[in-house]
Amino acid sequence: MTMPFYASAEQIMRDRAEYARKNIMRGRPVVVLKYAEGVLFVAENPQSTLYKVGEIYDRIGFAAVGRYSEYETLRVAGIRLADVRGYSYDRRDVTGRALANAYAQTLNSIFTEQQKPFEVELCVGEVGETSADDRLYRLLFDGSIFDEPEYVVLGGQGEPIVAVLKDGYRADLPLAEALGLAIRGLGTVGADNGKPRELAPNQLEVAVLDRGRPTRKFRRLQGAALTALLPQAAAVTAAPASESGSIDLDATDDPEEGSPS
Amino acid sequence: MPADLPAGLPAAYLAAGSPSFTDLLRSVAPDLLPGRRPLPPGHAGDLAPHATTIVAAAYADGVLMAGDRRATMGNMIAQRDIEKVSAADAYSVVGFAGTAGIGMEMIRLFQLELEHYEKIESTILTLDGKANRLASMIRGNLGAAMQGLAVLPLFAGFDLDADTPARAARIFSYDVTGGPYDEQNFAGIGSGSLFARGSLKKLWRPEMSREDVIRVAVEALYDAADDDSATGGPDLVRKIYPLVMLATAEGTSRVSDDEIGRLAEAVVAERTANPV
Repeated sequence: MTMPFYASAEQIMRDRAEYARKNIMRGRPVVVLKYAEGVLFVAENPQSTLYKVGEIYDRIGFAAVGRYSEYETLRVAGIRLADVRGYSYDRRDVTGRALANAYAQTLNSIFTEQQKPFEVELCVGEVGETSADDRLYRLLFDGSIFDEPEYVVLGGQGEPIVAVLKDGYRADLPLAEALGLAIRGLGTVGADNGKPRELAPNQLEVAVLDRGRPTRKFRRLQGAALTALLPQAAAVTAAPASESGSIDLDATDDPEEGSPS
Repeated sequence: MPADLPAGLPAAYLAAGSPSFTDLLRSVAPDLLPGRRPLPPGHAGDLAPHATTIVAAAYADGVLMAGDRRATMGNMIAQRDIEKVSAADAYSVVGFAGTAGIGMEMIRLFQLELEHYEKIESTILTLDGKANRLASMIRGNLGAAMQGLAVLPLFAGFDLDADTPARAARIFSYDVTGGPYDEQNFAGIGSGSLFARGSLKKLWRPEMSREDVIRVAVEALYDAADDDSATGGPDLVRKIYPLVMLATAEGTSRVSDDEIGRLAEAVVAERTANPV
């Protein structure tokens, strides 16, 4: 009979976290931010049907990075949870907080009990009656949950994006400006010699939770709706774009982004 | 996936499975499904309010569905302003006749079935797919229907996959054993539908304008109310008018009460001038 090697609990957890973090880092990032009329999701995603952003319920949207099959499982589970709850109570009884909690507990139990943790990082966005009621929850592979006040950057090398957002973010940004800011942020990843990349419309996956819409607030911006918005987005960010080129990639001082757990 | 997650999302939610909400409920909360509850023996038809006449008609831009606002219990009027026609999703409308409580529940479940599929699959069902889902719900209610708790839907929508615009307006009817039956031009269900259909037969024309087809629907419901005590006519005293919904390429919309009110008053004035 062979004796199993002894590994301390601490070592096991560290190995799992390391494994998950390494694989999440490889994916392209997603930016979620609050804007004047709700919540904006912007992902760099050249695949046109394998979405990273999705609708969960009337006021709730979902964004994720990492392993597609795993976050797709979580997205579908979230829709099921929300729809069953809305059907047995009322549509207004489905909240982002309850959903984020369910995700946190599920991710936590998978992280501690399974051989392999889920290699995902999620954001649950919720639009409220007023901008003060908008919510962004960020969830990590181990079930850690954060209620973020302004914006969330998921996956990838997020630090340069956070630097751009920190520089240009205001709570009352109109849609075009918020989109411009997010695209400028995404462009800094993989920037060639400090020069941000240009992202074409077909590389972007954009969706909003728009407070002004009836019942179902989620809407994908694609095709003509997106291309109509992009010149405005580019125009408002054209001036600061030269500054963003010189952003020092090491200048981040956001401790949360640096070490997730 | 572990079978017994201690907290958070139930294992059934995390399992790969069908994009159907009804299938999900069957596995996680079967008590929420209509038609699955055991019914005591006997006839239960007189226990619950019944909702009556619904008509649907194709027109130039799409399809219209209209319903009167009355629910009855035996010889009593149970409700004067019930809403029996609603949007099923962005491009289709659904109405029901029969036991009000079961009808409401079925419509709510049907709307969620379509929305659930749309969210999970990131695409909407074809119009035929929607009609078939509704048929399977009706089939599930057969037991209750045989005990007097029947409910029948009328389903209509704008078919985004139609090869010509003229074929885009489609109407489906059902019977208690299921369906769907593709209807041409116009259809009616409920106790007053015999008279409503007779009225439509004389008044309906192909390629009618929006205004004309709404008027024809109001006339048909007036004729139904004229001869069927369970169908309510336009209530000019309380300002309660038929509920009219349209499904076109731009989506579904409800015609405003003001517009229906004007048309209903015109119809009543015309009939007053020639009371036959």
